[in-house]
Amino acid sequence: MMQGITSEAFILGCSAIGAGLAMIAGIGPGIGQGNAAGKAAEAVGRQPEAANEITRTLLLGDAVAETTGIYGLVIAIILLFVRPLLTAYLNL
Amino acid sequence: MKIEIYMKLFGKEIFVPDTIVNTFIVGILLTIFAIAANIKFKNADKTKGPEGFQNFVEVVVELVSGLTRMIMGEEMFYFMPYIGTLVLYLLVANLFGLLGFTPPTSDYSVTFTLALMTFSLVEFYRAKTKGFVGFFKSFTEPLPLLTPLNVIDEFANPISLSFRLFGNVLSGVIIMSLVYNALGYFAPIVTPFMHAYFDVFSGVLQTFIFAMLTMIFITNVVD
Repeated sequence: MMQGITSEAFILGCSAIGAGLAMIAGIGPGIGQGNAAGKAAEAVGRQPEAANEITRTLLLGDAVAETTGIYGLVIAIILLFVRPLLTAYLNL
Repeated sequence: MKIEIYMKLFGKEIFVPDTIVNTFIVGILLTIFAIAANIKFKNADKTKGPEGFQNFVEVVVELVSGLTRMIMGEEMFYFMPYIGTLVLYLLVANLFGLLGFTPPTSDYSVTFTLALMTFSLVEFYRAKTKGFVGFFKSFTEPLPLLTPLNVIDEFANPISLSFRLFGNVLSGVIIMSLVYNALGYFAPIVTPFMHAYFDVFSGVLQTFIFAMLTMIFITNVVD
Protein backbone atom coordinates (compact mmCIF):
# COMPACT_ATOMS: atom_id res chain seq x y z
CA MET A 1 0.00 0.00 0.00
CA MET A 2 1.49 3.28 -1.15
CA GLN A 3 0.82 6.54 0.57
CA GLY A 4 -2.20 8.51 -0.63
CA ILE A 5 -3.31 5.97 -3.23
CA THR A 6 -5.40 2.86 -2.79
CA SER A 7 -4.32 -0.44 -4.34
CA GLU A 8 -7.50 -0.55 -6.44
CA ALA A 9 -6.81 2.86 -7.96
CA PHE A 10 -3.22 1.84 -8.66
CA ILE A 11 -4.39 -1.32 -10.46
CA LEU A 12 -6.94 0.64 -12.49
CA GLY A 13 -4.30 3.17 -13.51
CA CYS A 14 -1.86 0.44 -14.52
CA SER A 15 -4.65 -1.25 -16.52
CA ALA A 16 -5.23 2.01 -18.40
CA ILE A 17 -1.50 2.32 -19.17
CA GLY A 18 -1.50 -1.31 -20.33
CA ALA A 19 -4.48 -0.62 -22.59
CA GLY A 20 -2.63 2.33 -24.10
CA LEU A 21 0.46 0.22 -24.67
CA ALA A 22 -1.62 -2.54 -26.26
CA MET A 23 -2.86 -0.07 -28.86
CA ILE A 24 0.73 0.33 -30.15
CA ALA A 25 -0.21 -2.82 -32.08
CA GLY A 26 -2.11 -0.45 -34.37
CA ILE A 27 1.16 0.64 -36.01
CA GLY A 28 1.65 -2.70 -37.80
CA PRO A 29 -1.68 -2.90 -39.64
CA GLY A 30 -1.38 0.83 -40.45
CA ILE A 31 1.91 0.31 -42.27
CA GLY A 32 0.70 -2.92 -43.87
CA GLN A 33 -2.56 -1.47 -45.14
CA GLY A 34 -0.77 1.61 -46.43
CA ASN A 35 1.62 -0.59 -48.39
CA ALA A 36 -1.28 -2.63 -49.77
CA ALA A 37 -3.24 0.48 -50.78
CA GLY A 38 -0.15 1.95 -52.49
CA LYS A 39 0.40 -1.24 -54.47
CA ALA A 40 -3.30 -1.35 -55.37
CA ALA A 41 -3.12 2.24 -56.64
CA GLU A 42 -0.12 1.25 -58.78
CA ALA A 43 -1.99 -1.78 -60.10
CA VAL A 44 -5.05 0.31 -61.01
CA GLY A 45 -2.75 2.79 -62.76
CA ARG A 46 -1.25 -0.01 -64.81
CA GLN A 47 -4.51 -1.86 -65.48
CA PRO A 48 -7.53 0.44 -65.06
CA GLU A 49 -9.91 -2.15 -66.54
CA ALA A 50 -9.24 -4.56 -63.62
CA ALA A 51 -10.12 -1.95 -60.98
CA ASN A 52 -13.06 -3.96 -59.56
CA GLU A 53 -11.00 -7.11 -59.12
CA ILE A 54 -8.16 -5.14 -57.52
CA THR A 55 -10.48 -3.34 -55.09
CA ARG A 56 -12.01 -6.63 -53.97
CA THR A 57 -8.60 -8.22 -53.41
CA LEU A 58 -7.39 -5.10 -51.58
CA LEU A 59 -10.35 -5.04 -49.19
CA LEU A 60 -10.01 -8.76 -48.41
CA GLY A 61 -6.26 -8.45 -47.84
CA ASP A 62 -6.76 -5.38 -45.66
CA ALA A 63 -9.25 -7.26 -43.50
CA VAL A 64 -6.80 -10.09 -42.95
CA ALA A 65 -3.90 -7.69 -42.27
CA GLU A 66 -6.08 -5.89 -39.74
CA THR A 67 -6.35 -8.96 -37.51
CA THR A 68 -3.27 -8.24 -35.37
CA GLY A 69 -4.45 -4.68 -34.75
CA ILE A 70 -7.88 -6.01 -33.75
CA TYR A 71 -6.20 -8.37 -31.24
CA GLY A 72 -4.51 -5.34 -29.64
CA LEU A 73 -7.82 -3.48 -29.58
CA VAL A 74 -9.64 -6.42 -27.95
CA ILE A 75 -6.94 -6.65 -25.25
CA ALA A 76 -7.22 -2.91 -24.59
CA ILE A 77 -11.02 -3.15 -24.36
CA ILE A 78 -10.81 -6.11 -21.97
CA LEU A 79 -8.30 -4.26 -19.76
CA LEU A 80 -10.50 -1.16 -19.64
CA PHE A 81 -14.00 -2.58 -19.36
CA VAL A 82 -13.75 -6.16 -18.04
CA ARG A 83 -10.89 -5.32 -15.59
CA PRO A 84 -9.56 -8.85 -15.05
CA LEU A 85 -6.61 -7.61 -12.95
CA LEU A 86 -8.84 -5.81 -10.46
CA THR A 87 -11.05 -8.90 -10.10
CA ALA A 88 -7.96 -11.03 -9.57
CA TYR A 89 -6.73 -8.63 -6.87
CA LEU A 90 -10.09 -8.55 -5.08
CA ASN A 91 -10.19 -12.36 -5.08
CA LEU A 92 -6.74 -12.64 -3.47
CA MET B 1 -33.13 1.96 -27.32
CA LYS B 2 -32.14 -0.65 -24.78
CA ILE B 3 -34.19 -3.72 -23.95
CA GLU B 4 -32.81 -5.88 -21.16
CA ILE B 5 -34.46 -8.82 -19.48
CA TYR B 6 -34.03 -9.94 -15.87
CA MET B 7 -35.41 -13.40 -15.21
CA LYS B 8 -35.77 -15.62 -12.19
CA LEU B 9 -35.56 -19.24 -13.24
CA PHE B 10 -35.31 -22.13 -10.72
CA GLY B 11 -34.20 -19.70 -8.02
CA LYS B 12 -31.34 -18.34 -10.13
CA GLU B 13 -31.21 -14.80 -11.48
CA ILE B 14 -30.66 -14.71 -15.23
CA PHE B 15 -29.64 -11.51 -16.97
CA VAL B 16 -30.20 -11.24 -20.73
CA PRO B 17 -28.24 -8.27 -22.15
CA ASP B 18 -29.69 -6.08 -24.88
CA THR B 19 -27.40 -7.51 -27.55
CA ILE B 20 -29.00 -10.95 -27.10
CA VAL B 21 -32.50 -9.45 -27.19
CA ASN B 22 -31.51 -7.63 -30.41
CA THR B 23 -30.27 -10.94 -31.84
CA PHE B 24 -33.77 -12.32 -31.45
CA ILE B 25 -35.29 -9.15 -32.95
CA VAL B 26 -33.05 -9.57 -36.01
CA GLY B 27 -34.08 -13.22 -36.23
CA ILE B 28 -37.78 -12.33 -36.08
CA LEU B 29 -37.35 -9.57 -38.69
CA LEU B 30 -35.56 -11.96 -41.07
CA THR B 31 -38.23 -14.63 -40.54
CA ILE B 32 -40.96 -12.12 -41.43
CA PHE B 33 -38.90 -11.07 -44.47
CA ALA B 34 -38.54 -14.70 -45.58
CA ILE B 35 -42.26 -15.44 -45.17
CA ALA B 36 -43.21 -12.24 -47.03
CA ALA B 37 -40.79 -13.06 -49.87
CA ASN B 38 -42.14 -16.61 -50.04
CA ILE B 39 -45.76 -15.45 -50.32
CA LYS B 40 -44.80 -12.81 -52.88
CA PHE B 41 -42.96 -15.31 -55.09
CA LYS B 42 -45.74 -17.93 -54.88
CA ASN B 43 -48.34 -15.42 -56.03
CA ALA B 44 -46.06 -13.76 -58.58
CA ASP B 45 -47.58 -12.92 -61.94
CA LYS B 46 -45.33 -14.74 -64.41
CA THR B 47 -46.60 -12.87 -67.46
CA LYS B 48 -45.30 -9.52 -66.15
CA GLY B 49 -41.79 -8.49 -65.15
CA PRO B 50 -40.80 -8.33 -61.45
CA GLU B 51 -41.45 -5.11 -59.62
CA GLY B 52 -41.05 -3.55 -56.17
CA PHE B 53 -40.33 -5.97 -53.35
CA GLN B 54 -39.77 -8.90 -55.70
CA ASN B 55 -37.09 -6.92 -57.56
CA PHE B 56 -35.27 -6.24 -54.30
CA VAL B 57 -35.27 -9.91 -53.26
CA GLU B 58 -34.07 -10.99 -56.69
CA VAL B 59 -31.19 -8.49 -56.58
CA VAL B 60 -30.09 -9.81 -53.16
CA VAL B 61 -30.28 -13.46 -54.25
CA GLU B 62 -28.42 -12.74 -57.49
CA LEU B 63 -25.65 -10.86 -55.68
CA VAL B 64 -25.05 -13.71 -53.23
CA SER B 65 -25.28 -16.46 -55.85
CA GLY B 66 -22.93 -14.55 -58.16
CA LEU B 67 -20.38 -14.19 -55.37
CA THR B 68 -20.68 -17.88 -54.42
CA ARG B 69 -20.33 -18.99 -58.03
CA MET B 70 -17.24 -16.80 -58.48
CA ILE B 71 -15.38 -18.01 -55.37
CA MET B 72 -16.54 -21.62 -54.97
CA GLY B 73 -17.34 -22.60 -58.55
CA GLU B 74 -20.36 -24.34 -60.03
CA GLU B 75 -19.77 -27.76 -58.44
CA MET B 76 -19.91 -26.34 -54.89
CA PHE B 77 -22.81 -23.99 -55.53
CA TYR B 78 -24.96 -25.89 -52.98
CA PHE B 79 -23.28 -23.83 -50.20
CA MET B 80 -25.14 -20.77 -51.43
CA PRO B 81 -28.06 -21.00 -48.90
CA TYR B 82 -25.60 -21.00 -45.98
CA ILE B 83 -23.64 -18.05 -47.40
CA GLY B 84 -26.88 -16.22 -48.11
CA THR B 85 -28.06 -16.76 -44.51
CA LEU B 86 -24.74 -15.44 -43.17
CA VAL B 87 -24.83 -12.39 -45.44
CA LEU B 88 -28.44 -11.49 -44.64
CA TYR B 89 -28.03 -12.01 -40.90
CA LEU B 90 -24.74 -10.10 -40.60
CA LEU B 91 -25.96 -7.30 -42.86
CA VAL B 92 -29.10 -6.68 -40.80
CA ALA B 93 -27.20 -7.15 -37.52
CA ASN B 94 -24.41 -4.70 -38.44
CA LEU B 95 -26.83 -2.10 -39.80
CA PHE B 96 -28.97 -2.40 -36.66
CA GLY B 97 -26.88 0.34 -35.05
CA LEU B 98 -28.46 2.85 -37.43
CA LEU B 99 -31.83 2.38 -35.70
CA GLY B 100 -30.37 3.24 -32.29
CA PHE B 101 -30.05 -0.34 -31.07
CA THR B 102 -26.80 -1.94 -29.98
CA PRO B 103 -25.67 -4.12 -32.89
CA PRO B 104 -25.93 -7.83 -31.92
CA THR B 105 -22.47 -8.41 -33.40
CA SER B 106 -20.91 -6.20 -30.70
CA ASP B 107 -21.42 -9.16 -28.34
CA TYR B 108 -18.64 -11.74 -28.51
CA SER B 109 -21.02 -14.66 -27.94
CA VAL B 110 -22.87 -13.84 -31.19
CA THR B 111 -19.78 -13.54 -33.40
CA PHE B 112 -18.12 -16.58 -31.81
CA THR B 113 -21.25 -18.65 -32.47
CA LEU B 114 -21.16 -17.63 -36.13
CA ALA B 115 -17.44 -18.44 -36.39
CA LEU B 116 -18.03 -21.78 -34.65
CA MET B 117 -20.72 -22.63 -37.24
CA THR B 118 -18.24 -22.01 -40.05
CA PHE B 119 -15.56 -23.97 -38.18
CA SER B 120 -17.78 -27.04 -37.71
CA LEU B 121 -18.88 -26.86 -41.34
CA VAL B 122 -15.24 -26.74 -42.50
CA GLU B 123 -14.24 -29.69 -40.28
CA PHE B 124 -17.32 -31.68 -41.35
CA TYR B 125 -16.47 -31.24 -45.02
CA ARG B 126 -12.82 -32.06 -44.36
CA ALA B 127 -13.94 -35.38 -42.84
CA LYS B 128 -16.49 -35.98 -45.60
CA THR B 129 -14.11 -35.45 -48.52
CA LYS B 130 -10.99 -37.06 -47.00
CA GLY B 131 -12.53 -39.89 -44.96
CA PHE B 132 -11.82 -40.80 -41.33
CA VAL B 133 -8.10 -41.60 -41.76
CA GLY B 134 -7.54 -38.79 -44.23
CA PHE B 135 -9.05 -36.32 -41.76
CA PHE B 136 -6.24 -36.94 -39.28
CA LYS B 137 -3.65 -37.42 -42.00
CA SER B 138 -4.40 -33.99 -43.48
CA PHE B 139 -2.93 -32.39 -40.34
CA THR B 140 0.45 -34.10 -40.82
CA GLU B 141 1.09 -32.47 -44.17
CA PRO B 142 3.59 -31.54 -45.49
CA LEU B 143 5.75 -32.87 -42.60
CA PRO B 144 4.66 -34.93 -39.54
CA LEU B 145 6.82 -32.55 -37.48
CA LEU B 146 4.43 -29.69 -38.28
CA THR B 147 1.34 -31.39 -36.79
CA PRO B 148 1.10 -29.16 -33.65
CA LEU B 149 1.41 -26.02 -35.78
CA ASN B 150 -1.29 -27.27 -38.17
CA VAL B 151 -3.67 -28.02 -35.30
CA ILE B 152 -3.08 -24.59 -33.70
CA ASP B 153 -3.54 -22.98 -37.12
CA GLU B 154 -6.89 -24.76 -37.49
CA PHE B 155 -8.14 -23.56 -34.10
CA ALA B 156 -6.89 -20.01 -34.75
CA ASN B 157 -9.30 -19.66 -37.69
CA PRO B 158 -12.59 -19.31 -35.75
CA ILE B 159 -10.90 -17.07 -33.15
CA SER B 160 -9.50 -14.63 -35.70
CA LEU B 161 -12.75 -14.76 -37.70
CA SER B 162 -14.88 -13.89 -34.68
CA PHE B 163 -12.51 -11.31 -33.16
CA ARG B 164 -12.25 -9.46 -36.50
CA LEU B 165 -16.00 -8.92 -36.73
CA PHE B 166 -16.39 -8.30 -32.98
CA GLY B 167 -13.49 -5.81 -32.78
CA ASN B 168 -14.63 -3.81 -35.79
CA VAL B 169 -18.23 -3.46 -34.65
CA LEU B 170 -17.41 -2.90 -30.96
CA SER B 171 -14.78 -0.23 -31.73
CA GLY B 172 -17.39 1.65 -33.74
CA VAL B 173 -19.94 1.37 -30.92
CA ILE B 174 -17.42 2.58 -28.29
CA ILE B 175 -16.13 5.52 -30.37
CA MET B 176 -19.66 6.65 -31.21
CA SER B 177 -20.85 6.42 -27.60
CA LEU B 178 -17.80 8.51 -26.58
CA VAL B 179 -18.72 11.17 -29.16
CA TYR B 180 -22.40 11.12 -28.14
CA ASN B 181 -21.44 11.57 -24.49
CA ALA B 182 -18.82 14.26 -25.16
CA LEU B 183 -20.90 16.52 -27.41
CA GLY B 184 -24.35 16.06 -25.85
CA TYR B 185 -26.98 18.00 -27.81
CA PHE B 186 -24.48 18.99 -30.52
CA ALA B 187 -23.61 15.37 -31.34
CA PRO B 188 -25.91 15.14 -34.43
CA ILE B 189 -23.54 17.55 -36.25
CA VAL B 190 -20.73 14.97 -36.50
CA THR B 191 -22.35 11.60 -35.82
CA PRO B 192 -24.05 11.10 -39.24
CA PHE B 193 -20.63 10.83 -40.89
CA MET B 194 -19.42 8.46 -38.19
CA HIS B 195 -22.57 6.34 -38.63
CA ALA B 196 -21.93 6.29 -42.38
CA TYR B 197 -18.38 5.03 -41.81
CA PHE B 198 -18.71 2.72 -38.78
CA ASP B 199 -22.18 1.30 -39.38
CA VAL B 200 -22.68 1.33 -43.14
CA PHE B 201 -19.18 1.08 -44.65
CA SER B 202 -17.54 -1.02 -41.93
CA GLY B 203 -20.64 -3.17 -41.41
CA VAL B 204 -21.10 -4.02 -45.09
CA LEU B 205 -17.36 -4.62 -45.52
CA GLN B 206 -17.17 -6.97 -42.52
CA THR B 207 -20.23 -8.86 -43.79
CA PHE B 208 -18.57 -9.30 -47.18
CA ILE B 209 -15.29 -10.39 -45.58
CA PHE B 210 -16.93 -12.89 -43.21
CA ALA B 211 -18.81 -14.53 -46.09
CA MET B 212 -15.71 -14.42 -48.32
CA LEU B 213 -13.43 -16.05 -45.73
CA THR B 214 -16.03 -18.72 -44.98
CA MET B 215 -16.16 -19.60 -48.67
CA ILE B 216 -12.36 -19.61 -48.96
CA PHE B 217 -11.96 -21.91 -45.92
CA ILE B 218 -14.51 -24.39 -47.25
CA THR B 219 -13.03 -24.33 -50.77
CA ASN B 220 -9.51 -24.91 -49.41
CA VAL B 221 -10.65 -27.95 -47.44
CA VAL B 222 -12.74 -29.60 -50.16
CA ASP B 223 -10.13 -29.22 -52.93
